[in-house]
Amino acid sequence: MGRRATPEVNAGSMADIAFLLLIFFLVTTTIEKDKGIARQLPPIEPPTEAPPLIKEKNLFIVNVNKDDQLLVEDNLMELKDLRQAAIEFLDNGGAPSGSPEYCSYCKGARSSSSSDNPDKAVISVQNDRLTSYEMYIAVQNELVAAYNFLRDRESQRLYGWKFTEVNKAINEGSFKGSEEAAKEKLEAVQKLFPLKLSEAEPKTKGQ
Amino acid sequence: MSKFKKKKGGELPAISTASLPDIVFMLLFFFMVVTVLRDTNLLVQNQLPKADQVEKLKKDRAVYIYAGKPSSRYQEVFGTEGRIQIGDKYTSIDNIGLALEEARRKLLPELQDKVYVALKVDGETNTGLVSDIKQVLRERNLLKIIYITTPGNQLNN
Repeated sequence: MGRRATPEVNAGSMADIAFLLLIFFLVTTTIEKDKGIARQLPPIEPPTEAPPLIKEKNLFIVNVNKDDQLLVEDNLMELKDLRQAAIEFLDNGGAPSGSPEYCSYCKGARSSSSSDNPDKAVISVQNDRLTSYEMYIAVQNELVAAYNFLRDRESQRLYGWKFTEVNKAINEGSFKGSEEAAKEKLEAVQKLFPLKLSEAEPKTKGQ
Repeated sequence: MSKFKKKKGGELPAISTASLPDIVFMLLFFFMVVTVLRDTNLLVQNQLPKADQVEKLKKDRAVYIYAGKPSSRYQEVFGTEGRIQIGDKYTSIDNIGLALEEARRKLLPELQDKVYVALKVDGETNTGLVSDIKQVLRERNLLKIIYITTPGNQLNN
């Protein structure tokens, strides 16, 4: 009954096996990162409530037809000009100085035929049902960009940092310093340029 | 004298590869942990539009809705009209509510009230389909939505 010592297992091929598995997981890995334009939908209002009256000069109407053409304030417009037009409208600050609606931080043309102040200014987007989704997102993107541009400008003036950058840092958890204080400041900037995007119910096909 | 005698032969000693398996295993475990195998099988074409003014979606509180033309292998059966997909199957516009409710219940209980509806819609879809979806969401009181996009800009493609 001579007991033989168990021979050592050859571990030389271990690396090969591990490599095989590694390559399999390398190939199948998709590190997904979903990003997009966030929106808050308006709740359904009770029918008894009358819709608030908005002066025509405080309304910026963007119309997209079924062929993806833009009609902004009754003028044909290219997509690339939309951002600037929206900025000019929001930043106009047309209310006369001394009135309670006067916008002290606006740097726009102060034309009396455009919006009174950013709080009153409403952008209304109207789509055709046949508008492509690509175009819809492009328009939304440009309008959000207009708001972000103005918010960046104001936060830069008031606090010395950019609204979008700090917001991103907080969302990613990489913000250094007091998040609470920064969030308060973000809200203050948001109040200066509140996002007022309205969407009309789309018209029926091809109208 | 023999103290400084050169060791015989100028050959380099063989590099030990004994720790190679350990290193490879470390990498392996990393990729095993970060790998997410796709849990939904796409039934629709999904070429997302481009945008750059974006926010990150918190995945743990998201419910996905896909929409677009049926993928090419399903077009013979389902046609080329835009369709909605939730989970693993096509859904009609009337059933979205129920399907969403089902998807929502799979989330963590404490996050179910903060649910985001992530819309992954193909760029060539008509906006009409999207607004139908949004109308249903409003009726269901699921008001937080996010249009998932790919990085880039429509202007300079």
